[in-house]
Amino acid sequence: MSDDPTLPAKPACPACATAYSAQELAAALRTCPSCGHHYRMEPSDRIAYIADPGSFKEFSANLRSLNPIDLVGYEEKLSEAEAKARMKEAVITGSCTIEGRPAILGVMSFNFMGGSMGSVVGEKVARALLKGARERVPVIIYATSGGARMQEGIFSLMQMAKTSAAAAELDKAGVPFFVVLCDPTTGGVTASFAMLGDVTIAEPKALIGFAGPRVIEGTIRQTLPEGFQRAEFQLEHGFVDIIVPRSEQKAMLARLIDLHKGSAPSKDEEKE
Amino acid sequence: MKASKDLASALERLRKLASESGLDIGDELGSVEAKVKASSKTESTWRRVELARHPDRPYSLDYISRIFDDFTEFHGDRYHGDDQAIVGGIGFLAGRPVTIIANQKGRNLKENMRRNHGMASPEGYRKALRLAKQAEKFHRPIVTFVDTSGAYPGIEAEERGIGEAIARNLREFSQLKTPIICVIIGEGGSGGALGICVGDKIYMLENAVYSVISPEGCASILLRDATKAKDAAVMLRITSADLLEFKVVNGVIAEPGEGAHADPDKAAAIIKETLVRELDDLCTRNPSVLVRYRNQKILKVGHWNEGEAE
Repeated sequence: MSDDPTLPAKPACPACATAYSAQELAAALRTCPSCGHHYRMEPSDRIAYIADPGSFKEFSANLRSLNPIDLVGYEEKLSEAEAKARMKEAVITGSCTIEGRPAILGVMSFNFMGGSMGSVVGEKVARALLKGARERVPVIIYATSGGARMQEGIFSLMQMAKTSAAAAELDKAGVPFFVVLCDPTTGGVTASFAMLGDVTIAEPKALIGFAGPRVIEGTIRQTLPEGFQRAEFQLEHGFVDIIVPRSEQKAMLARLIDLHKGSAPSKDEEKE
Repeated sequence: MKASKDLASALERLRKLASESGLDIGDELGSVEAKVKASSKTESTWRRVELARHPDRPYSLDYISRIFDDFTEFHGDRYHGDDQAIVGGIGFLAGRPVTIIANQKGRNLKENMRRNHGMASPEGYRKALRLAKQAEKFHRPIVTFVDTSGAYPGIEAEERGIGEAIARNLREFSQLKTPIICVIIGEGGSGGALGICVGDKIYMLENAVYSVISPEGCASILLRDATKAKDAAVMLRITSADLLEFKVVNGVIAEPGEGAHADPDKAAAIIKETLVRELDDLCTRNPSVLVRYRNQKILKVGHWNEGEAE
């Protein structure tokens, strides 16, 4: 490592402590070139990677949160989140092609209020799912969230029911729904659409659970075992289909779309 | 409650006295009044939280035995075990067979160990879904009683996929082709409550609360002070009146006297009356139409600004 103060700081990898520049990390899709540690990734970077160049068309880009329970300070909190994450809400949804295959893609941001699900996240996810069902286009959602957005009170809880009911429409239409669980996915998002995919992919070592580790430690009053609630733990316990490193995700999603071709019943069969 | 009423009437007398004597203290009185009002709001909200958690409050089985005839309890999720934090079975409601699914808290330490203080594990949600599917098969309506501080946040619950179990219930209950009435009878605690609270009609007892997070949890996260639970309870808008105003519940069921614990028989009779009336109506509907209306309602919920047209 160089001690030259004029060079930009190279942050050390939290897993192996090797330092890489932001450019080096970006080139490796924000994974550590030494140990493969997956850093968190923002929606703009994920979309740039997953969607074919120029193919992404955003849905409902201007949807903004209101303050449904008149919580003091929520508007300010939203403005701060917007400035920090440079997004209008915690999820971006749209249509795209993935290696030429049409798909609807939703990507959440943990940077926007911890990826929490309020009315806008619920509505955008539900619209993406319903559009997929209507137009018979596979839906892919990259989930990362701390859970329901408590600043919207009961309305945030209701988004769990809403996104799950929307996922049911995909089932009825026979259209595939793929979820990629990213670090971390917890709370109300885990207990709704994120666990309802036909295929559940996880990023390596992603924390995936309902209750957060600190809540569980507080309840049972003991330290949790190493690796608890990580992607590998969820694979072992049967709640994840495959762990796919980031560099292989685009090819895997394209393959999954192909593997699910021809699975939708024709309209006539449905009537009979 | 009484203290704030006394204060309010004292203020009223003071205002009268001031105006009679031509003393201009309107502004001062106004600010004191606002404070009294806020404190009375906090007190009345917290009173409801206390009533919802009252140790003598009737729990699900107390109502079930009073409302349904021949209630026959069934056990097990057919995968792993039987979670006694959720009870389920079939009984007659005024002569009509009904599937009942309910959170069940324990009345004493021993029972609470068995029922895990009403905090359900994945097996509870999976049992609920099994019984709900069985109800659909036999065109039997479903009544759920919701009363839990939340799903169980424990190691085993995570290992067996508590998130997946709740998610699946949310999806499946939205599609069941049979009438579903949910009644929040005490604590409606977050996802753990919602896991058995998706239906055609959602009712709430007058002193029940329904919230995305406990007031204590909200206080420690949002207000960074766990002792401010009373303030958090007001902020979160968790009372039956709030939820009715938000149209998240269809109706509020009045409780007798000081609360349901004061007269469980009467409370049960009032709930029964509502259930019978609603089911008489819902059971005449085409199940596919019910599902369509149920989903229209679920998919509409939330508040957002559409922004510029796309």
